[in-house]
Amino acid sequence: MNKEKLLDLYRMMVQIREFENECIELAKSNATRAAVHTYIGEEAIAAGVCAHMSNQDYITSTHRGHGHCIAKGADLEKMFAELLGREGGYCKGKGGSMHIADLATGNLGANGIVGGGIPLAVGAALGIQLDNKKNFVVSFFGDGAANEGSFHEALNMASIWSLPVIFVCENNEYGISTHVSKSTNIQNIAIRAMSYGIKGVVVDGNNILEVYEETRKAVDDVVSGQGPVLLEMKTYRMSGHYFGDNQNYRTKDEVNQWKEKDPILRCEQILQKEYDLTEEDLLTIRKNIRTEVLAASEKAKLQPEPMIEDLTGDLFDQKFADIEWKSFVKAQGKG
Amino acid sequence: MRKISMREAVNEALHIAFNSDSNVFTMGEDIAVYGGQLRCSYDLLDNFGPERVRDTPISEMAIVGAGVGASMIGKRPVVELSYIDFIGTSFDQILNQAAKMRYMYGGHVNMPLVIRTQCGAGLGNGAQHSQSLEAILAHIPGIRVVMPSNAYDAKGLLLHAIRDNNPVVFIEHKALYKVKCEVPEEPYEIEYTPDVKRTGKDLTIVTYSAMVNRSLEAAELLQKEHGIEVEVVDVRALEPLDMEPIIRSVKKTNCAVIVHEACEKGGFGGELIAQIQQHTFKSLKAPILRVAAPNVPVPFAVNLEMSYLPDKTKITKAVMTCLENKKANA
Ligand SMILES: Cc1ncc(C[n+]2csc(CCOP(=O)(O)OP(=O)(O)O)c2C)c(N)n1
Ligand SMILES: [Mg+2]
Repeated sequence: MNKEKLLDLYRMMVQIREFENECIELAKSNATRAAVHTYIGEEAIAAGVCAHMSNQDYITSTHRGHGHCIAKGADLEKMFAELLGREGGYCKGKGGSMHIADLATGNLGANGIVGGGIPLAVGAALGIQLDNKKNFVVSFFGDGAANEGSFHEALNMASIWSLPVIFVCENNEYGISTHVSKSTNIQNIAIRAMSYGIKGVVVDGNNILEVYEETRKAVDDVVSGQGPVLLEMKTYRMSGHYFGDNQNYRTKDEVNQWKEKDPILRCEQILQKEYDLTEEDLLTIRKNIRTEVLAASEKAKLQPEPMIEDLTGDLFDQKFADIEWKSFVKAQGKG
Repeated sequence: MRKISMREAVNEALHIAFNSDSNVFTMGEDIAVYGGQLRCSYDLLDNFGPERVRDTPISEMAIVGAGVGASMIGKRPVVELSYIDFIGTSFDQILNQAAKMRYMYGGHVNMPLVIRTQCGAGLGNGAQHSQSLEAILAHIPGIRVVMPSNAYDAKGLLLHAIRDNNPVVFIEHKALYKVKCEVPEEPYEIEYTPDVKRTGKDLTIVTYSAMVNRSLEAAELLQKEHGIEVEVVDVRALEPLDMEPIIRSVKKTNCAVIVHEACEKGGFGGELIAQIQQHTFKSLKAPILRVAAPNVPVPFAVNLEMSYLPDKTKITKAVMTCLENKKANA
């Protein structure tokens, strides 16, 4: 990979990390409401996957969706505004942290229902196929979601129709408090692909180069009509399930061990060893990004709350489609 | 008497049930080690062990369905859905399995299943974690729907539900978990019947769950500021629905306001109004009014969510309107 490309990926990961750090600060001061699920430790996945996507390629996301949203190119101020319940937020303050959608960048939305987005991705991929386009869809979901019926039904249907969709299972070892070994009796969720007749690949989700490369292969497969692919990204949720989680279900040791495998740290090591960047270079990048993120947050804080009159708006579209009905005469004698 | 929160009361009822009947067990997401997303099942694992206190995968269909199956052969499962919103991912097992079995199989099947879950808005959980879906459930013949409004009722109603041989969806409002009241330590049951939470002669508020407290606040205010005496009846069980205490109250006051948090259209208030007017038509002096949420999903932003929720002010206003109508028809 050339240096600029890797630096782009690095910047993206740092941007996500800094966004999440700021979210935690906002949660601490009660500026956000209810649970904020951060993506800390999993940044390489969103960054490495979405780097292959254009705005015409779609994603479906999860409750832990900030990273996906940012990697798809979202505007940070609008994201913060949504988290703070402001009028200028992506969903006008109606959605919140768990429900940001940004159709302009191909983000079909974060989802509060575990597994809820997986079938949606199948539908989007079907639409692309029906339109004979070369685009594709990525569905992000967790290890926990792989035990929902929606996962199994979606994979099967995508398989029989060879749909251009990549199922990205972010195996961060936990569904809230439940370790994956207690919810799932197999080593690799990727092997579930086999039972649906599709390709399944285990990927080191904390290694940005591997995520990028394996996704590239999967994209080649799905857009060339070879059917869906299941990528299992092995990673770790370095923060609590949400800010404020007591984490009584795991040890500090375990968390610390994974901190050594921090995807951003590993990317920095590569940048220093193989691309001659100095620690100072990296520090400057991080500082600049942090400044940008904080500026977005500050701007969002100044935004007004939604208008109360807007409470009942947005439920239905009053318009109907412009379809001109043409008469259809059935061929004779065919029932 | 000691005061405990509704969370503690539910936990206590579960401990009593586990201790009293070895057929009782529980399963759900994050309920064992973590003590539940509802934080009601703490200590159960330590006291009764992993056989009877089971963490499950994130598989609501299987959680409810396994509860249905186990109860068909005589176990008494108390399964937990961390949010009522997840009846979506488990609905077939509720709608077509749990609710139908006994009747469809000619009365041969018992189903001592309790599905505990939380409902309600107000805490910024957003559209998919804040709903009040009781009317959807109460519409299905064959399942009981119980909604306590305080810690005392929660304990007694939950023990009653666990001893019930029919499927019960037991809905705890998330805003009530920390609210404390006097609760005796010993086991007791409360039957599925409405409870008059405040007596009054001028108007009847029929309500349930978190809106009981809102209604009591309104009643207090109306008494203080206008000398109006409002009677507040807590429905407690939507199925079975015992109309008798409600009818008695409305016959006394000659008018009624229904208050629930669920959105108005198709809400349980419609059923209550239908039955009240049918049985009290001659004594009614005013159209029955509803105070409920508008017909939209629960919004996230704090100001939108607060204006979405029925509150003291909206209830007070409805009561005043109803009383004006009553006066005009007197
Ligand atoms: C249908 C449904 N069931 C349960 C939940 C509660 N819940 C929210 S996040 C979560 C854990 C999800 O685990 P996983 O899919 O591994 O994603 P992660 O949080 O690890 O990113 C659970 C159980 C939910 N939101 N939706
Ligand atoms: Mg997980």
